[in-house]
This record gives sequence, structure tokens and C-alpha cells, in this order.
Amino acid sequence: MVTISLDGREVQAAEGTKLVDAAAAAGVSIPTLCYLKGLNFIGSCRVCLVEVEGEGLVASCNTAVREGMVVRTATPAVAAARRANLQAITDDHRAVCATCVRQDTCALRSLSSAFNLEDSTQPLPEKGTWDEDFPLQRDSSKCIKCMRCVAICRDVQHCGVWDFTGMGPSMKVTVRDGLPISQAGCALCGQCITHCPTGALTARDDVSLIMEAILDPEVMTVVQVAPAVRTAWGEGVGLSHDEATPGRLASALHALGFDKVFDTDFAADLTIMEEGSEFVEFMASDKPRPMFTSCCPGWVRFAKLHYPGVVHQLSSAKSPHQMLGAVVKNTLADEAQAAGKRLFCVSIMPCVAKKYECDVPELATVPAGEDPQLAAEAAPDVDAVLTVRELDRLLRTVGVQCATLPEVDFDNPLGTSTGAATIFGRTGGVMEAALRSAAYLITGENPDFSTCDTTDATPEVPWVSKTLAIGDATVRIAIASGLENTAQLLDALERGEAEFDFVEIMACPGGCVGGGGQPIHFNREMGAQRAGILNRLDNAAPLRYSHENPDIHQLYETWLEQPLSHTAHEWLHTHQEDWQI
Amino acid sequence: MGRISVKPAAKADGRIGEFAAALSRRAEAMPPGICPVGVVLGQLQVSLAQTCGKCTPCAQGMPKMAKILQDVAQFKADEAALRELRAAADLLRETGDCAVGWQAADMVLAGLEAFPEEFASHLEAGQCAAGTRQTVPCTTLCPAHVNVPAYIALAAEGDCAGAVKMIRKDNPFPTACAMICEHPCEERCRRTMVDAPVNIRGLKKYIVDTVPANTVPVPRPLPATGKRVAVVGAGPSGLTCAYFLGLMGHEVTVFEQRQQLGGMMRYGIPAYRFPRQRLDEDLQAICSLPNLEVRANSPIDGDGLKRLAGEYDAVYVAIGAQGGKMLTLPGSDAAGVMSAVDLLEAIGDGNYPDFTGKNVVVIGGGNVAMDCARTSVRAGAQSVTVTYRRRLEDMTALPAEVEAAIAEGVEMMCLQAPECIEVDAAGAACALLCQPQRIGAVKRGRPVPEAADKPLLRIPADIVLVAVGQAIESAPFEEAGLEADRTYFCADEFLQAPGFSNVYVGGDCQWGPRTVIMAIGAGKAAAANIDEALGFCHQLDCGAQVPPARSNNRTPYGRVQVAERPARERRGDFECVEIPVSHEEAMQECGRCLRCDVYGIGALTGKEQGAW
Repeated sequence: MVTISLDGREVQAAEGTKLVDAAAAAGVSIPTLCYLKGLNFIGSCRVCLVEVEGEGLVASCNTAVREGMVVRTATPAVAAARRANLQAITDDHRAVCATCVRQDTCALRSLSSAFNLEDSTQPLPEKGTWDEDFPLQRDSSKCIKCMRCVAICRDVQHCGVWDFTGMGPSMKVTVRDGLPISQAGCALCGQCITHCPTGALTARDDVSLIMEAILDPEVMTVVQVAPAVRTAWGEGVGLSHDEATPGRLASALHALGFDKVFDTDFAADLTIMEEGSEFVEFMASDKPRPMFTSCCPGWVRFAKLHYPGVVHQLSSAKSPHQMLGAVVKNTLADEAQAAGKRLFCVSIMPCVAKKYECDVPELATVPAGEDPQLAAEAAPDVDAVLTVRELDRLLRTVGVQCATLPEVDFDNPLGTSTGAATIFGRTGGVMEAALRSAAYLITGENPDFSTCDTTDATPEVPWVSKTLAIGDATVRIAIASGLENTAQLLDALERGEAEFDFVEIMACPGGCVGGGGQPIHFNREMGAQRAGILNRLDNAAPLRYSHENPDIHQLYETWLEQPLSHTAHEWLHTHQEDWQI
Repeated sequence: MGRISVKPAAKADGRIGEFAAALSRRAEAMPPGICPVGVVLGQLQVSLAQTCGKCTPCAQGMPKMAKILQDVAQFKADEAALRELRAAADLLRETGDCAVGWQAADMVLAGLEAFPEEFASHLEAGQCAAGTRQTVPCTTLCPAHVNVPAYIALAAEGDCAGAVKMIRKDNPFPTACAMICEHPCEERCRRTMVDAPVNIRGLKKYIVDTVPANTVPVPRPLPATGKRVAVVGAGPSGLTCAYFLGLMGHEVTVFEQRQQLGGMMRYGIPAYRFPRQRLDEDLQAICSLPNLEVRANSPIDGDGLKRLAGEYDAVYVAIGAQGGKMLTLPGSDAAGVMSAVDLLEAIGDGNYPDFTGKNVVVIGGGNVAMDCARTSVRAGAQSVTVTYRRRLEDMTALPAEVEAAIAEGVEMMCLQAPECIEVDAAGAACALLCQPQRIGAVKRGRPVPEAADKPLLRIPADIVLVAVGQAIESAPFEEAGLEADRTYFCADEFLQAPGFSNVYVGGDCQWGPRTVIMAIGAGKAAAANIDEALGFCHQLDCGAQVPPARSNNRTPYGRVQVAERPARERRGDFECVEIPVSHEEAMQECGRCLRCDVYGIGALTGKEQGAW
């Protein structure tokens, strides 16, 4: 430990600690833009300046504490220098804040306001060109060259999509090797979006599609919400986590005008029935180990783009919202037709990759009686995916007073779900739910919750693993989240340094709770906190085993016969190898 | 009132010199990886400042060219703009009145010709060409990419052992490089902008003088992989490769034809520059790896190579350039005429010649020529003369080597091309006859000497040492199927030899005689690529951490130089000529490092350089 003087106070910090972190730990907040703890400390924005005695103004993100250092963070000279640099950044930023989706979460905007900046005297930079159909959108004129996207994509997500080029005033962030974004190996995890301080990186805005559908009297709108959405949707509409319950979320979706409000959790239970049964079959087979979960389209894209050799080891189960889409399309078609309407299925997801997934032609089911070869031309099972941020915008646009809404249940028959489904939204959750039911499928008895517990899964280590006995079988499982972690696990498997039977991968660090479609809080990682909400919901749930969900039994009895049946395959399974990217 | 004032008319002139010097220092420290368009633009902007404004093509043309180049730099120009640029430059070159103008145009046109890929990429792709990226200058220019700022910072903190470990992360020869590295790391040192490059080699010497490398244990090898690798040649390249492969857990056997290890570090560099016991410090550390076996006196021939390729999982051939090149002068077969390589090889095993009372003439202007000359002084020669076809400043030897030789009494006879060796009745050399040269026009960056209209010069010579290059003894391996292009072994950019799946070649035997650090760099690359080919991606922990940076010390300082023993004293023995850098000097020099790994672009690109 070293002792420094911080604004006249003695403060201790571990050797090597950056001044900005030492100050934060002492309750002194230093404004930053480019700094991303542990990942990006390049000292480029020069907004985190502080005064160090004998050294003058230094960037606190790039200066480590030293014994006896005398640091002042709040002098007029510091403020003036910070402000001048902020002004320069803002002068080169297309500050069209009124129409920017990041207006409430933009770090530059909040600092501009705090520092009382003036209008730029220069013309606004021009908006660059971009593939407007791609789920990830970039507006170069709002980029402040903080390089956080470069760092997070390369170091945390292994994709290295972003790079930079040029010198001096022409230095700019680019897609690597000058490639079109659709060909640059992007998994669409959206982590660059949630770590962008401004509105330079966003998800494609599909809100207007949904508005149109809701306003169309000939459309029956069906909406579903992913497990992790319930942990975060209130953040963008001013609700506390306690207020933002799943029941209030269902109410809010009705208030928006959706005709049917379903819970993707139901489909998560269905996923477990299919994937769990698949795993039981897999364990008895001599197929190459391990089997990988397939719920996360960011992971599927990553595998296809960066590790194509493992794609055939993915579970063939579709992701839960695609399963629900298929079930809705196939079971509600008659009801919609009788009402003279066509179905429009919307998924509210904490995810950007699901905007890609819902458009994958190979995922569309073919209505009964039609040629399955026509799948590619069939209408998609899920018509549109909204991120949680888009949902919150829609709620604000419509003016839904969320806080005062009553709590209601999700619509049935696709509304009932278990605690096992709820934890799908965090790293380890899919595995834990699968183990709970796989053990039942093998032994006929429900296992202890503790046997299947995965709450120690974390993106802080490359992966966590455990070996458990199920009946006579020994099952070796591993869980990884974040794509750099995933890459390390895949490399270890490839080199034979690790061996597992079943592996869960989620592309975003911490799983969907930290998803790229979640509300943005500058420099605050919310995953662990949101995961706690899911765990609490699981603990409090009356049903905690997917195989005990009565509505799932009902679905099999009425439509699907049994897991892995012919119809189940038609509706609920896919060959990821065939997916177009 | 007088008629002529002694006061300068332009009052500022007196101080312009300082600014010009600072500008040229900045140009000297041109960052590696810089965008060439920026360099061409920068050069033009300097020219623009020098334009007087008298002549049309210069006064009008230069701002126009600068504007276009700026647009190119900012990815805003198109082909038409580039044509305009070329037209303006052509006009200025053809019609410019003075060099301020036409030379600037020449440089713009030269830039267009030299960097077509960069210009095309700016125009077409809207970004710099692949690979154009600024980095940490010293680390980038070091062929082994040693983390220089990190080890300087460790030394500054008093942790010389940590500094040795940090050097060893990329280079297992800290002592060798402390003594005799040509320090390309210093060439573009950013400190030059402030005063002068940091004396990096001197600081490394301070580190290994303070904590000898053999007292700093090497890391323990990673768990055994069961893979076996053979290395042919125990020079800097072979041993570097062997060391890193050993650390990665592979079992390594090194085959060396000579009785001792070190290659040209022992058999090419005299002891007064690199004392043998200092070389042994590095060798002891490397050979302390339990999974590294060295077999001396074990020459490998063509059949041997085939056998190794069959028996081992991979082979690295690093046989260096061990042959001495000779000139085909009349009389060069006379007694007393020998190649530099023969002389230096003999002293490698401690067989010092006795040149007492002899006149020695050395042919060549490289470092090896200086080694021969200074060895001859120490061997008791009555006179030692270096003859060289070009001028003193054209010598490829390091200037410090040339100066040291002169101080020790070596005569430099420049602009003398050897014509023939005069042989006495007994068949022994007695003089070298030279054709005096006149320095001529510059070709490919160097002025070319041409025969001068002067009579032949006769230099008495009992001993003629030919230091005009080394040859690769490639024949036996070529017969075994290793491809070579005029004796230079062929390999791809990852050093894999064509025709074999598991044979790698590198160092002097691939690119011809170069430097120790380049050989080390090749050995490191070979180790990484062999590890990869064997199915691994081992990351090594060097056991030292990069210390946090202190803010730059912006006060200009003089550069601390490594002092040498007095010439009259050192010329009589083979003891080390250099004197240790003092602690005080070293700390001041450490304080000049600008930590380019933390400040500037290195904060962004430095991380990429750390891993290998």
C-alpha cells in the first residue's frame, strides 16, 4: 500500500492503482470518457486530468499512485483544462442530442452539461455511411475516438472487429481491415454499444416496426420477454429494481397495446425439455465431447465465424424465443385467422444478436401441410426483436405510467414458467436448469438444487467447471461467458488441456443480464446485480424444475407428443451449420 | 555612419539555428510505423516555410500540393486530386528556380513513387495501408522486440534482477547485447526530440554489470510436452530458439560443431569488446535449463540434417555465416594474407596471433574490419592500417568502433581500393597496392567511389587481413535438400524451410551476416513458430512486472556515454575496453526515458507488442 495526499486528505491505495481508481475508492469522482477500468487507459480524452505536485497536470487514468504523491482533483486550473479538452471533443462531435437515442445515457452529454460548454463554432461533422440493415449501427460523426469499443471487442470479446487508422485529425475508428461490418467477424454481442460513451454505436432501431404493427387493426401482436429483461427494464423508465417486477412488465406490455403477452421463460422450460433430452441421448452416444448450449445467438455467430469446427457440437435446440415464436405461429394461427388477423410476433430481448437471429431464414417453421423445402421463403417465426432499451423508449413514447401499473400474470397457455427458466438470463443458468431436469430424466428423481448450483459462474475467470454424478454417469460440465473466455476454453478443448461433456456459453460477460441490449449505465457493470434478481426469483418460484411446468406437459400432450419427436424437431430444432451469416 | 554594419540584418537568425537543430532532431526521431503520407506532407510543410515567395511554381504550387496532401492524409482525396498533385510537383521540378522549390518537388514525387500502396489505400480504402501503425519506437526497432521501457524502469527502481528477467522475456542474451549490440532500439528514440537518444545499450550494460545474468535464475520450464526439437548451431540464434523452446517445456538438443558455444559472439567478436567470462554468464543461464542439452564438437552434415528431421519433431538450422570471403586480388594467395574470419575464429579458442614488428593492413570498413585492426594492435603489430574504398563517414562500422580504433593508433586510409598484393621472393606478402578513389555521385543512398586520376599507393604490409564479408557454408545442407538462393537458405516469413515440414532456418544463414540481435530475433521467432506448429501456444511468464510510469522529465540533458579505458593502456591487452556506467550516471540516464509504452500511441498499441 502507498499513501498519497488527495485534495488534502491522506488516502491509501495498493501499489499500481491508477489515480482515478484510488480517488474513486476515496469517494472522489473524477470525470472520464475514454477510461475503461482494466481495459482502456490510453489517456486520450484528457478529461480526467488532475494536478500532481511537481509534475503538473496528468491524466489520472494513466498515472499510478506513488508514495507521497500530492494530488489535487478540484482546482480551477484542473477544471479549466478539463473543460477546454471537453470543448475540443464536443466541437468534433455531431451533437444532435435532441434526436440521439443516447441522450439520457451519453457520458459526453452529461459532462458537457456539467462543464457548461459552449456551442461549437465549427460546422458539425458529417455522418458517415453504414449498412443500415445490420443490427449494429455506427455513426462515425458521434465517435470521440475513445477506443473503448476497440478494447472491449478485442480483449473481452475476442472478435477484434474495431480498429483505428490514420493520423492526427484524420485518426478514426474503423472496421478492421476496412471490411464491411457484415463481413468483419462481428458476433453482434453489442458490448461495444453498451460501452460506447456516446451515441456512435447503437443497435438498429426497430421501434417504428412495432408501432406500425400495434396500430394495424389487421394484426394480432404477440410479445414475449426474455428472462433477463425483467431484471433491467425498469432502469430506463425510472423504476427501482423492486418496483420493476415481471408482473408490472406484463402490465406495461399490455398498456402498449400488445394483444398477447407471453413469457420467454415458458420457452426456456421447453428448451430444457428438448436440450435436456438431447443431452441424455448425447451422453449415451459416442459423439465428440462436449455438447454446447445453443441459446445464445451471439455465441452461435461467434462459433460460426471464429470456430467453425465446433458448430456441429452445438445442441440443435433453437433459442427459447425462437421456440416460442414457432409455438405461437403454429398454435395461435387458427385463433388469429378466426379473428381475421395475421400474427406479428415480437421478442423483447437483452440482446443485439437476436435481431440477426430472428431474420435467419433457416429458423422459420413451415405451416403444416406446406413443403418444408420452402422454409427459406416462409415468414419468420419472430417478426421483430426489440432491445430492452427500445422497449423503454417505446414505454416513454407511449407515456405508460409504469410505476402505477398493477401486477398481472403473463398470458396463458404460454405463460407459466419455472425458476429454472428464469435463471437462463445469467451465466450458468442454462446449465443449471438443464442439470436439474437431466438428472430427473436419467434417475427419475429430482436432484438437490445444490448439486446443480452454478451461481459461482463468473466472467472474471475464463471458465468454471464441475464434475457431478447423475445416476451412474459422471458428467463434466463447464460454463463460460464473454467471448475471450470462450475462446480460451475452446482453445483448451482443442489442445486437449480440458475435457467436458456439456458446456454452456453466453457471449456477453455474465450472460444476458449483462447483454448488449440492456440499459446502459456509463462505467457501471450491472450483470452481477441483475443476476441476483434472477436468483431471488428462482428461489421464490413455486416451481423450480422445468419438467414440472404443467403448461409444458400440456403443450406436449396437445401438439408435440414428447421431447425430440418429429414435430418437436420441426418446430424447435435447427442446424446451426446451415444458418446464413 | 559606417558603410557596413557588423550586426546581422535578420536579428532572429542567431536563434534560428537552435530551432533548425530541434527540427532535425524531431525528423531523426521519426516514429516507426508512421504514415508515409504524413511524412511527405511534413516534408513539404517544412519546404513551404522555407519558400521565399519569389517564383510562381513554388509560391503557388507548394500550398496547393500541401492542401492536396492534407486531403490525402485525411482520406478525402481522389485520383484526380493526386494527378493535380503530380502536375504541380512536375511543374515545380521542371521550372523551379532554386533548390528550395525543385528539391521539395523532387521529394513529393519520390514519396509518390516510394509509397504507392499507402497513397492507394488512402484514396481507395479510406484508411492507411496494412501495417502502417505507430508503436513504441525502441521495442519495435529491436529485432527481438525487447520491452525496453520496462527494463529501464525496473533498473530505475533499483531492480536490476527484474530488468534482466524483463530482457530475457524476449532475449536470453542480456549480457551479449549489453556489450556489443548495435542498438537499433536507439535509432528513433523519442527522447531525441528533447535532447538525444537514451543510451539504452549503456543502461543494459549497467544492469548486467550490477547483477550478472548468471546470478538471476531463469524461469522454470513449463510442464514437459513430450516434443523433441533439434537445433543446429549454438550461436545467438540457435541458443535463443533452444532457450525459449526449453522454457515452453519441449526437450531441446543443440548440436555445435565447435568445441565451445556462442558462435560468432565467441568466434567473431574479440574479447576486449566482449570478454569471454561475460559471454559465459549468458551461456550458463541458458544452459541451466534442465531440458536443454548441448552437444559441442558435433558437426551436422547433410545426412545428419535428414536424420534429425526424421528423429525430432522439429529442427532449427542456425549455422550462421562462418566462412571468410576473400578478394581475388593478384597475390592474395601469399603467406600473410588471411580472412578476418580465420583470425577471429582462432582467437575465439584463445589462439592469439603474434604480429610483433609486423605491418598489418586490413581491407574493409565494417565492424569486422575494426575488430581485425584492433586485434592486430593488441597482437603487437608495428603499424596497423585500414584501407577502405569509400570515405570514413561511409564506413558501415559503428562510428564509436572507428573512433576507438583510431584512438588505439590504427591508421584509416580511405578512398583506397585494393589493386594487388605485392609478394616477396619467399612468397610472403610485403605490401598492398591500392588504386586511390574519388567519391562520386550518390546511388541507392550512398555515394559511389570511382577510380581517381592518381597513381597507385603502396602500403607496406606483412599481414593482409581481408574483412569484406562472411560466407554461408550451405553446400552440405543444400545437398540434403535444404533450398538456398546463392548460399542463403530459403524460408518463408515464419522461417519454415520449403521442402521440409518440420525444418526451420534463420539468422545469418538465412539473411546473410547481420547482427547478434537480429539473430536473436530470428531465434525467438523460430521458437514461437515451432511451438505453434507442434500444436501449442505457450505464453511465458518472465517473472517481472512492468513498473508504472513516472511523468516525463522534460528537462533537456546530455546523453551519458559509456566510457572506455585510456587507449594507450587498453591497446596492450585483450581486457574489456569499456568501463562500467556508474549508478549515478545510470539513474540520470534512466530518468530520460519517456516511457513511450505508457505515454502517446504506445498506450494504445504497446499492449500488442508485449505478447508473443
